[in-house]
Amino acid sequence: MSDIASSSFVRKDLLTERPAPVKTTGFVGLMRTRLFNSPTNILLTIVGVLLLWFTIIPSVRFLMVDAVWSGKDRAACLTENAGFAVGACWPYIQAKLPQLIYGFYPEAERWRVDLTFILAVALLVPLLVPRLPAKGINASLFFFAFPVVAFFLLHGGGIKGFGLSWTAGVLELFDDSIIGAGQAVLGVGKTSAVAPLLWVVGNLILLVGVAISWVILPLTWLRDQIQGTGQPVWGDFAVTTVIVSLIAFSLGGGLRTGWRALASSIAAFIAIAIVIKLMGLDRGGLPVVTTNLWGGLLVTLVVSVTGIVTSLPIGIALALGRRSTIPLIRIFSIAFIEFWRGVPLITVLFFATYMLPLFFPGNFTVDGLVRALIGIALFTGAYQAENVRGGLAAIPRGQGEAAAALGLSWWKTTSLIVLPQALRHVIPNLVNSFISLFKDTSLVSIVALFDLLGSLRASFSDPKWSTPSTAFTGFAFAGIIYFIFCFGMSRYSLFVEHRLNAHRRN
Amino acid sequence: MSTEARNPPPQIALKIRRLLGGKAGWNGVAIQFAFAAILGWIGYEIVSNARANLENQHIAAGFGFLRNNAGFDVNQTLISYTGSDTFLRVFMVGLLNTLVVSVVGIIFATLIGFIVALCRLSPNWLLSRVGEIYIEIIRNLPVLFQILFWYLAVLAALPNPRQSISLLGIAFISNRGLVIPSPIGGSGLQPFLAMLALGVVASLALRFYARRALFQEGRMIRIWPTVLGMLVGLPLATMLVFGLPFTFELPQLKGFNFAGGSRIIPEFVALTLALSTYTAAFIAEIVRAGILSVHKGQMEAGASLGLSRGATLRLVVVPQAMRVIVPPLTNQYLNLTKNSSLAVAIGYPDLVSVFAGTSLSQTGQAIEIIAMTMGIYLLISLLTSAIMSVYGWRVSRSLGA
Repeated sequence: MSDIASSSFVRKDLLTERPAPVKTTGFVGLMRTRLFNSPTNILLTIVGVLLLWFTIIPSVRFLMVDAVWSGKDRAACLTENAGFAVGACWPYIQAKLPQLIYGFYPEAERWRVDLTFILAVALLVPLLVPRLPAKGINASLFFFAFPVVAFFLLHGGGIKGFGLSWTAGVLELFDDSIIGAGQAVLGVGKTSAVAPLLWVVGNLILLVGVAISWVILPLTWLRDQIQGTGQPVWGDFAVTTVIVSLIAFSLGGGLRTGWRALASSIAAFIAIAIVIKLMGLDRGGLPVVTTNLWGGLLVTLVVSVTGIVTSLPIGIALALGRRSTIPLIRIFSIAFIEFWRGVPLITVLFFATYMLPLFFPGNFTVDGLVRALIGIALFTGAYQAENVRGGLAAIPRGQGEAAAALGLSWWKTTSLIVLPQALRHVIPNLVNSFISLFKDTSLVSIVALFDLLGSLRASFSDPKWSTPSTAFTGFAFAGIIYFIFCFGMSRYSLFVEHRLNAHRRN
Repeated sequence: MSTEARNPPPQIALKIRRLLGGKAGWNGVAIQFAFAAILGWIGYEIVSNARANLENQHIAAGFGFLRNNAGFDVNQTLISYTGSDTFLRVFMVGLLNTLVVSVVGIIFATLIGFIVALCRLSPNWLLSRVGEIYIEIIRNLPVLFQILFWYLAVLAALPNPRQSISLLGIAFISNRGLVIPSPIGGSGLQPFLAMLALGVVASLALRFYARRALFQEGRMIRIWPTVLGMLVGLPLATMLVFGLPFTFELPQLKGFNFAGGSRIIPEFVALTLALSTYTAAFIAEIVRAGILSVHKGQMEAGASLGLSRGATLRLVVVPQAMRVIVPPLTNQYLNLTKNSSLAVAIGYPDLVSVFAGTSLSQTGQAIEIIAMTMGIYLLISLLTSAIMSVYGWRVSRSLGA
């Protein structure tokens, strides 16, 4: 035993402590591992510091240190008067702020714009927070009710009828056009070589037109009766409520299961009635503010929100059309999408401003803002179609086949099974499109609409505030506004993407 | 006795149904006819309204106006143009201006984009943050905002020509634009160009030969000294023999402006700056994503084969990254070309500005002019996407092989 003990080594004292491992976390660790770990990296760090030094320091000096914060006119922002090299001229922004936000919107009516902004925020924020309930009602309020309310708030004016009168009017217009086309064909037919064929076609079209006029006769008769009474809006409203509620009741399953549909339809109409009463739409509504007085951030937001709201349905329709099995619809969708995606937005706006009015009947003038909105909706719709198509392609075929095995129709398969999944997939892409739409709204300033950028540019020409730093100050202010909106949206898109990919996180 | 295979029944009804309604059956046929009727109706409304409106405004439809005199001046022309030229000439001038600003912008955007991408990918923490800040700021501001910023704020703040900023005494920047020396052809120009072309062709042929030798016989041929000699040496030798190919005319300050040299208008400078820095931010993200998409194992596999780091990057990583990078990169080039139409906001005479802007307001031929302008952009983008689909086909073929 002792032999073994003497031959084996047994340590009697403690080892000396090893030095602590090199710190790789915290500020010191960062410096050691990512900034100064090799000669090249030291050089790169110096380059980076110099870059920051020559950009950040002058910007901060311009925006804060050397800035002038108060004054009445350009005199305050001149170097001679201030006594130092003047940076940003903030009193200029203070003086121009109303113009940059409201444009030439009358001062007494600006509460309407504020109220619209508040309504939009109140509806949008709950829609964006995923934890909050009632997304369905919220979304329908934002996408359907809010645009209408916002229109009557911002533009003003009232209504002379309701659903029934409008439907009757549109159908009548449609019918007139068909009868007109038939008569035109008959007119051409007299001198043409294929006269008998044209005669048949013309009479066929006329026949269709007359048949439609007989079909819609009850509608137009009812409309005339209602317009004859003293209360056209409320009479029409009551009739429309009854008709729509009955249709909802019968479509919802009649006596058996239709009560829910009936109740929600009546509730919706009561809400509409309250809005009409509150805003006094039946008595002419708020004073009209024509769109050429709108400007600044108001126009930027109106254009982008309208673009967002209208481009999504157009995009969904085109994406479904592009995947359709019916050749004509597919070809039309492909051509439509590729056309709008192939041309720059500015030519689309030129098209909407100069060419579109030629396509409408001569007595029918379209507002300048609406024209730009039509162009933007078509343009963005084509881009959204490609986004939505990406989502549709990501849904496995089995989903549609399973729905078909359950006996669901195409409409039900699409609206209940495929689209909800597809849209959820592409929310980040849709938000990215909205960011570019928001940035692209600045282009409307080229077709004589004064959005934020247009108002800014207009304010540069005011001699009262012309100083060497005015342009830089204005761009700094507008840039911050654009940056906040776009950066906020892109962070939100990242957040949603992160949430959607929760199952893939490792 | 052999029996002939029977022909399948003709199934004419099925074929007609297929032809008219695709896979959707008779329902599809009905929907298709309804859709065609609606399209026809809309088309009829548009044509009849447009015809009536044009008659009211006394505008003659058609492309005859293209032969009329334009009667206005354009401040940057690549081909000779005077106010007495036709609108067709204006169209060509505008198109060339669009193309030149796009090409210059694309070159700078690619350069800046790759530099920023390298910054983003750099192991240096500070430099990658600087790249990130650049990308975030540039991408979150509208491109029109940036164009106007460069034009109305930065270039307008530059001094007038008398106090212009001199770059090494040969180029001058002022609020009238950038003045650079202009080359003037000398006696040796033609031999110089001929030798240069010869050098390029010979280098390409040599490269082709070297690659064949490498792939088929496994022989490595070092070609770069020869290529360098042919590309630099040959033209230099001709210069010695025939004299200088061209001399530079330096700009001189005369009175209130510069004489001599060629002047690049400030609109061009602002537009190129804004478009290239804007697109560069998107290109940087594309390049970064492309390089990150190549798996780390590829680099390790290259190292285990004994390739140097540079050779691994050049032969293994970059070719695979290019496959991911090229399609979105082309898309960005196309976007830059389309964004160059924003020139109309600052008065750079591009296609939209001189043709859809000035010519439209002079003639009122809205339909023809806008259709031509849109058609050109559509043509450019369709051509690009055709080239891209050929590229995609080649990539998928090489992957399959």
